Amino acid sequence: MIQFILRRLLQVIPVFLGTTLLVYFMVFALPGDPIRALFGDRPPSEAVIAQLRQQYNLDEPFWVQYGLFLKNLFTFNLGVDFTGQPIADTLARVFPVTAMLAIEALIIQGVFGIAFGLVAGLRKGGIFDSSVLVLSLVVIAIPTFVLGFALQLLIGVQLGWAKPTVGSNVTWGSLILPAVVLGMVSFAYVLRLTRASVIENMNADYVRTATAKGLARRQVVTTHVLRNSLIPVITYLGASLGALMGGAIVTEAIFNVPGVGQKLYQAILRSEGPTVVAIVSVLVLVFVLANLLVDLLYAWLDPRIRYEN
Amino acid sequence: MRFSRTSKALGMVAIAALALTGCGAGGGTSNGADQAAGDPNKVITAYSNEPQNPLMPANTGEVYGGRVVELLFEGLTSYDPSGKSVNALAESIESPDGQNYTIKVKTGTKFTNGEEVTAKSFVDAWNFAALSTNAQGNSSFFESIEGYDAVSATKTQKGADGKETDVPAPTAQTLSGLVLKDDTTIEVKLAQPEADWPLRLGYSAFMPLPAEAIKDPKKYGENPVGNGPYKMEKEGAWQHDSQIALVKNPDYKGAREAKNGGVTFKFYTDPAPAYTDVQGNNLDVTDVLPTNALTTFTSDFPENNLNKPYAGNSTLNIPGYLPEFTGEAGQLRRQALSMAINRDEITKVIFSGTRIPAKDFTSPAIDGYNENVAGSEVLKFDAAKAKELWAKADAITPWPADKTLQLAYNTDGGNKEWIDAVANNFKNNLGIKAEGQPFAKFAEILELRSSKELPGLTRAGWQADYPSLYNFLGPLLKTGASANYEGYSNPEFDKLLNEGLGAQSTEDANKKFTQAQEILFKDLPNLPLWYNARQAVWSQNVSNVDSGWNGVLQYWAITAK
Amino acid sequence: MKTNRKAEHFVAPVEETPLLATDAVKTDEAPLSLWADAWRKLRRRPLFIISAVMIALIVIVAVFPGLFTQVEPDNGCVLANSNGAPTEGHPLGFTFQGCDIYSRIIHGTQASLMVGVFSVISVLIIGVTLGALAGFFGGWVDTVIARLGDIFFALPIILGALVITQLPLLRENRGVGTVVLVLVVLGWPQMARITRGAVIEVRNADFVTAARSLGVSRVGSLVSHVLPNALAPIIVLATMELGVFIVAEATLSFLGIGMPGSVMSWGNDISAAQASIRTNPAVLLYPAAALSITVLSFIMLGDALRDALDPKSRQR
Repeated sequence: MIQFILRRLLQVIPVFLGTTLLVYFMVFALPGDPIRALFGDRPPSEAVIAQLRQQYNLDEPFWVQYGLFLKNLFTFNLGVDFTGQPIADTLARVFPVTAMLAIEALIIQGVFGIAFGLVAGLRKGGIFDSSVLVLSLVVIAIPTFVLGFALQLLIGVQLGWAKPTVGSNVTWGSLILPAVVLGMVSFAYVLRLTRASVIENMNADYVRTATAKGLARRQVVTTHVLRNSLIPVITYLGASLGALMGGAIVTEAIFNVPGVGQKLYQAILRSEGPTVVAIVSVLVLVFVLANLLVDLLYAWLDPRIRYEN
Repeated sequence: MRFSRTSKALGMVAIAALALTGCGAGGGTSNGADQAAGDPNKVITAYSNEPQNPLMPANTGEVYGGRVVELLFEGLTSYDPSGKSVNALAESIESPDGQNYTIKVKTGTKFTNGEEVTAKSFVDAWNFAALSTNAQGNSSFFESIEGYDAVSATKTQKGADGKETDVPAPTAQTLSGLVLKDDTTIEVKLAQPEADWPLRLGYSAFMPLPAEAIKDPKKYGENPVGNGPYKMEKEGAWQHDSQIALVKNPDYKGAREAKNGGVTFKFYTDPAPAYTDVQGNNLDVTDVLPTNALTTFTSDFPENNLNKPYAGNSTLNIPGYLPEFTGEAGQLRRQALSMAINRDEITKVIFSGTRIPAKDFTSPAIDGYNENVAGSEVLKFDAAKAKELWAKADAITPWPADKTLQLAYNTDGGNKEWIDAVANNFKNNLGIKAEGQPFAKFAEILELRSSKELPGLTRAGWQADYPSLYNFLGPLLKTGASANYEGYSNPEFDKLLNEGLGAQSTEDANKKFTQAQEILFKDLPNLPLWYNARQAVWSQNVSNVDSGWNGVLQYWAITAK
Repeated sequence: MKTNRKAEHFVAPVEETPLLATDAVKTDEAPLSLWADAWRKLRRRPLFIISAVMIALIVIVAVFPGLFTQVEPDNGCVLANSNGAPTEGHPLGFTFQGCDIYSRIIHGTQASLMVGVFSVISVLIIGVTLGALAGFFGGWVDTVIARLGDIFFALPIILGALVITQLPLLRENRGVGTVVLVLVVLGWPQMARITRGAVIEVRNADFVTAARSLGVSRVGSLVSHVLPNALAPIIVLATMELGVFIVAEATLSFLGIGMPGSVMSWGNDISAAQASIRTNPAVLLYPAAALSITVLSFIMLGDALRDALDPKSRQR
């Protein structure tokens, strides 16, 4: 197993290079002059533009820019963004916040999604099953900005149960509301995946066997059905981590969470290559690790699955 | 110009409503009397966002850095709430000919680090700001001073890939027209006479700097030391992506003395949560409202709201290089488009009265404003006339039946609603196809504009840097001017502008500028849409909230309860 | 058929004859009879009939919107009607811009349905193929596909969309195709990963080993034995994504990287409703309801299909 993990970790290198190259190129290919855009409708003097372009290496061809980025990276220098802030500082500021938010959302969607999905699957076609189907539809059809806004107004302002916005003092408690909103759509996925797996597995021979053997239903469900139903759910949860880490743009804006999504969004709109690449590089590491964890969990959930062929 | 795409779109507001409701329901000024004193030591919290640049006064062109810099520094002049320029640190500003100026600086004022503010503090700061290699965004504010060409010269260089690029190559380090006579006297020689030049001296590009700023601008920009009504709370008071804490500068003696203990600017990437926070008394004041609150803010905050016009406007620009809009037919089409827009209805329905239908190319918040410029009838909605003019144009050169008129806008500023409404006006009143052309990146729209490749019309907005009619006309519409992206050029118009600049008095100058506008109403290089107003709401904890001529709140005047 | 890893060795199941029966079917014309069998069962299920009727109706609305409304949705939006209540001939009232809501929903069906269906089909084709290959063969195939997926996963959707819509061919012709392309390029890894996981789970099952030892080729066993048993999560994901893609189109259009503003879609209407959420949230409800009904139909169809295709339930 150690060997398997090591090999997977080695794969990070080509993935990392591939991602940075691709993302850097994409930012490079974005239309519009990032320097000019810094000044809004009123252009500064041409000389200032030229100076800034030189300062950020934007007058260099793509390969030189990318090369400089890599070179800096290996000396642990991520450079500065267009506002003059060291990018490393920015990463150190936004990632912990987003990691907290993502973990909270992951737990919420995982726990509730699996629990609701299990019950819905066991009582297929019942009232509970139909209710959660409606719930999933609502979550899918009503966009985050509406759900987030509605919850913020209801729970944050009118009922006063939680602080409506997060701001600079990020705590686990203050992130609950945004985490719920963020995990909402994924919750629906987890729920439906669990439900489908449970329904399928309830038909499986080993369940009939276990039931026939006289095992209590509770035990059959938890040790046999649930465990065997988790593979697609775990896969999905691992994959959704990416969306939670990088794609929380709307949720972060609604609740004023100073996290990765907002930074990334702004950096893309401003064509700040180094910032975008730095953020995406960290994200890619997260994905690779999350996938590794998922694959290890496969083997734990179902010993027939081996690490390698 | 302080620019903020967001605030332009979300926060631009209206004057008419003001007139209707009587200076904004319960605006800061009216109920100020009962609460005048307040608690002078309490720190207030205010909406803001991360400044885009280190806080060097000559490098903060956007609103969020600008509002901090305005509080940290005091210049030679400042603007009173009505936009009148009054002397602050200047003892006197005199010129015999509008080209050579002698400025006397008051003695005895200090930066908060103890350094004395002298004429040298200004001259050094201006030379620093003007020199292109210092990359200060507002350097072009010094372009009128003789010698600016030398400090901003560029040369062409071949890059590694053989592509030619411009690189800065200043031939002088300081402005030749800027002379430090003695500790209290500055002599300025302009490249040509400009009667309204002293009007700009209150803009942040012209603030004085202490010696340490020029020695290490990078370090200074993080912890700026100024001479204004506030100072940074402590080293590191700027917590990035979170807040900037300012406290009262006890040594400040001037017109803008702080009535509170300090201002902490909390950063929000979106105006909606700030609005929610003010509702929950978690934030004291916000001056950018979410679009969907424009209808409700007066009922959400019946006492604590402001809706006050300021020197900014919105236009729909018609590129001069589009064949459909040139020649006689183009002229007719421009008029037809302008008359097809129901400005009254859009400002009422889409903006809930938070903007005021435009009557000219400038702003009513500026001295010399005239709402009856000859030719301004073209801004009045007249569907029948519009249709008739369009038909006339079609008789000369027909409008292609399958052509869709595109209205370009950036999506990060809440423009979609009014663009859609204007497009519907065109569709319904002219019988043509029209649609919004959204751009996610502001840079992209700017690129199309500066490379003159726009397929249709584009939204634009302008917020005055200093209170002068010229500031709305020159930089935007003079031949070859820096922000004249759509390439308008009319020698007669240029001539009148130059005559206005050279005029001996402001009255004479304004007359020329008004004549210049008459030409604009014939040519219609852009379609004036509406004037902006500042909306703000505040919590139960503060009072006396008001905005200045440029729409920036007067944070120093806010009192805490 | 799965075995419990605790491997209770009962004699009875082995001797059950249906197992032989299944084999017999499969050795004949396995894929054909699998689908034929599913179809036979499907036709008789009320769930399937209801969902099929609903989908047929939605498709008819999409293809012939003129049958359902005479109001031209794109012209005649008058601000005087802004957020207006229902009136004669305008059963659902008016939007913020004063357009007829009912007519916009009817005419928006086409673009929304096309975005949803085409994106899901393309994601299914790419994602299931790659995921199945990765999961079934493992080794370097898996490594390459999975790591490629990681890279695409990490691409921020906005960046991807901005760049894709700038591609020379697409720049001038933005429309349904562009949006589908963006959603597929950035959406396939999710499907691939779910498929891979499901295939890994099934590939070691006894019946696969059995089929292989009976001489079924590797690819053959993947297609006819592994995939049918891995379908449940794939169907769930696909039906959910249909709705999510339709909404995602709204976000893209709202940001200016989707379809032109003149193309009507539920997504456009949903995001436009943002402006009146504090004053007239009802404007949002109608397009959201249309979207929900569509997703519901496909979820029901997916459920019915899964039941019918499930080899385990087939034996009963």
